Amino acid sequence: MKTALSGKNLIRQFAASLRILPLTVLVCSGLYTGAIYLAGRLAPASSSGSLVRSAEGRIIGSSLVAQQFTRPEYFWPRPSAVSWNAAGAGGSNLSPASAAMRDKTEKVIVTLAPEQGEKVPTDLVTASGSGLDPHISLASVRFQAPRVARARGLSVDELMRIVNSTENGKIAVPFLGESLLNVLQLNCALDRVRK
Amino acid sequence: MVPLLLLTVIVPALLSWPLGKVMAHLIEPGGTSLYGRRTSELFCRTGGDALTGEQDWKQYLVSMLVFNMMMFAFVTTVLALQQWLPLNPDGKGPLEASLIFNTVASFVTNTNLQHYSGEAAMSYFSQLAGMMWLQFVSAATGIACLAALARALGGRSNVGNFYIDLLRAAFFVLLPLALLLALILIAGGVPMTFEGAAVARTLEGATQTIARGPVAAMVAIKQLGTNGGGYFGPNSTHPFENPSFYTNIVECMSIVLIPMAAVWMFGRITGRMRDASVIFSVMMILLLVKAAAAFWLESAPAAALWGLPVEAAPNLEGKELRFGAGAGALWAALTTATSNGSVNCMHDSLNPLTGLVPLAGMWINVVFGGVGVGIINLFIFIVIGVFICGMMVGRTPEYFGRKVETGEMRLALLALLVHPLLILGGTALFAATPAGASTVLNSGAHGFTEILYEFTSAAANNGSGFEGLGDNTVAWNIATGVVMLLARYIPIILPLAIAGSLASKKPVPETSGTLRTDTLLFGLIILGSVIFIGALLFLPVAVLGPLAEHLSAASH
Repeated sequence: MKTALSGKNLIRQFAASLRILPLTVLVCSGLYTGAIYLAGRLAPASSSGSLVRSAEGRIIGSSLVAQQFTRPEYFWPRPSAVSWNAAGAGGSNLSPASAAMRDKTEKVIVTLAPEQGEKVPTDLVTASGSGLDPHISLASVRFQAPRVARARGLSVDELMRIVNSTENGKIAVPFLGESLLNVLQLNCALDRVRK
Repeated sequence: MVPLLLLTVIVPALLSWPLGKVMAHLIEPGGTSLYGRRTSELFCRTGGDALTGEQDWKQYLVSMLVFNMMMFAFVTTVLALQQWLPLNPDGKGPLEASLIFNTVASFVTNTNLQHYSGEAAMSYFSQLAGMMWLQFVSAATGIACLAALARALGGRSNVGNFYIDLLRAAFFVLLPLALLLALILIAGGVPMTFEGAAVARTLEGATQTIARGPVAAMVAIKQLGTNGGGYFGPNSTHPFENPSFYTNIVECMSIVLIPMAAVWMFGRITGRMRDASVIFSVMMILLLVKAAAAFWLESAPAAALWGLPVEAAPNLEGKELRFGAGAGALWAALTTATSNGSVNCMHDSLNPLTGLVPLAGMWINVVFGGVGVGIINLFIFIVIGVFICGMMVGRTPEYFGRKVETGEMRLALLALLVHPLLILGGTALFAATPAGASTVLNSGAHGFTEILYEFTSAAANNGSGFEGLGDNTVAWNIATGVVMLLARYIPIILPLAIAGSLASKKPVPETSGTLRTDTLLFGLIILGSVIFIGALLFLPVAVLGPLAEHLSAASH
């Protein structure tokens, strides 16, 4: 240990570390990042955050990120513990066995106003991990369909035909059974039909 | 969901065999290899004479520690100056001193416990030249130390050159794999941009600021290098880190790939592939048991929803729909079996008993474990197993043809006890004082588990968390920072000292009375020592936290 810890050896080691440190920063942070950045230019839309724009080119949101919807004519996303803050994402972190979780869920159920005897799909009352989950289940679409249809002056059947027929962000998840729907893309599709 | 579980575990297991072979060649090319000669020459020209020639285990450790100190100093500087450095389009401000200490300790030690939220606190430069750079070099440090341990156990008194091992591991093992994964992630929709946050006007007319950045580059290495420190606060639950079912599968497989391959690399460098097979099997059994348990426990509905007008479904609090059912539990098992610590669901919101699975994984901390260091940890259990067996048959225990004696056992026990001491001592201190008790989000037993999880994660160099805990306080930052540093370096230094001491002994010839370490029987002995020592040490806190919460929830 004596020779390994001698002052002369330590100086030699520090000198070596000082010399290879910039090399690793250059390669692992510089060249690596640059190469991937260039590769990302091949998919410019998703590389810059899958932004959704209006017909005039204004940014409406990102198709990967949920945004808040409160009006009856729109489908609503899953609850968000961070109020859909896409610059400070996060979950509720509540224990699923806690009284706080029960209180929170009861409040959500009141806003969703299920009919007597009707049950709310679980995804619509639980906060997602990121608070930005862009999807809801097809069951949650069906649950909200009467409200959305009423607000838009459509019948539920007409509304569900739009849900099922357009390019509305429907995805199939293997092993899950039911498809998921992207709330922002679905709502954009509904607005397009109205116009 | 069984096919998903098997797919996610079996595919990396199959890939680990060829990868282990390639890794062994890349780290230990042998004198005749052109690649070996060229790279040593190149690295020597850059680094100077400290990179020429082989080192004994003491020299190797000194080089490792010196380089790790430089890593610490460099990134401390980067973070402390972030407000003046480039690549800061959103104008991130200065960071608090204790948070800088905690963050640097966390990433230098391959832990990636995060008391900050990336999108809120860090500039692009801090993320890339600070955190992401450390994700490469800390993982490479682990691979290098494993190579040194393997060489010592192979009977060599010179265990290689740390700098050469480090550079080879970083540039030729980690970098190509990270490049490949990052390209897959980009194809899967992960952002990679230097533009600042996008400001959207939503359909309802509100303003939404959407943080983004060079995400794909960092997510790739954080998954591969058992780092786990995400670009965004909620890690791989965030749709920008993990946009789809398919990216989730690939990221999940990446967690275990290199830790699995490291076992085969160990086998090849020591020349003991049968021993490696036994180690691999033991780890695989533990992994499958953990994953299956988490899967099953998390398929239960959230207890808090009982009796409410909600459809019966598995617990979805803290989970993302696009990954499919069971994906959160599976990831939770894998990320804590290895010391990765990335998450794709909020562990704080796992069902109480499911939460016990990641905890148990980190208490044991050898089920493939961290890149390189997983096997270094298991080596301690092997030494203990060899010793117990030796005592039972009344012979001086041996490992790889060298006698294991009092000196080695003393070091092994010390290495073994550091882990529970840091976890239980830290938890006791913080649960009993406002330093911890005033920072929990959930009350009662779950709050205790939040504190327990934080110390467990720090001591296991894991980095996942029960994130309800308000952990960005000076007390938490300093305490977990110190725990991470001790828990990283002591369990590297002591095993290397043991191996170095074994290598300096005269080999004893193998006889019919020698305890063979490459048999099923010895596999069971390791399994036993891992489970019993883990269970005995941590059973009381498991009862106080997750079990108490489960039982009280069940009684309502």
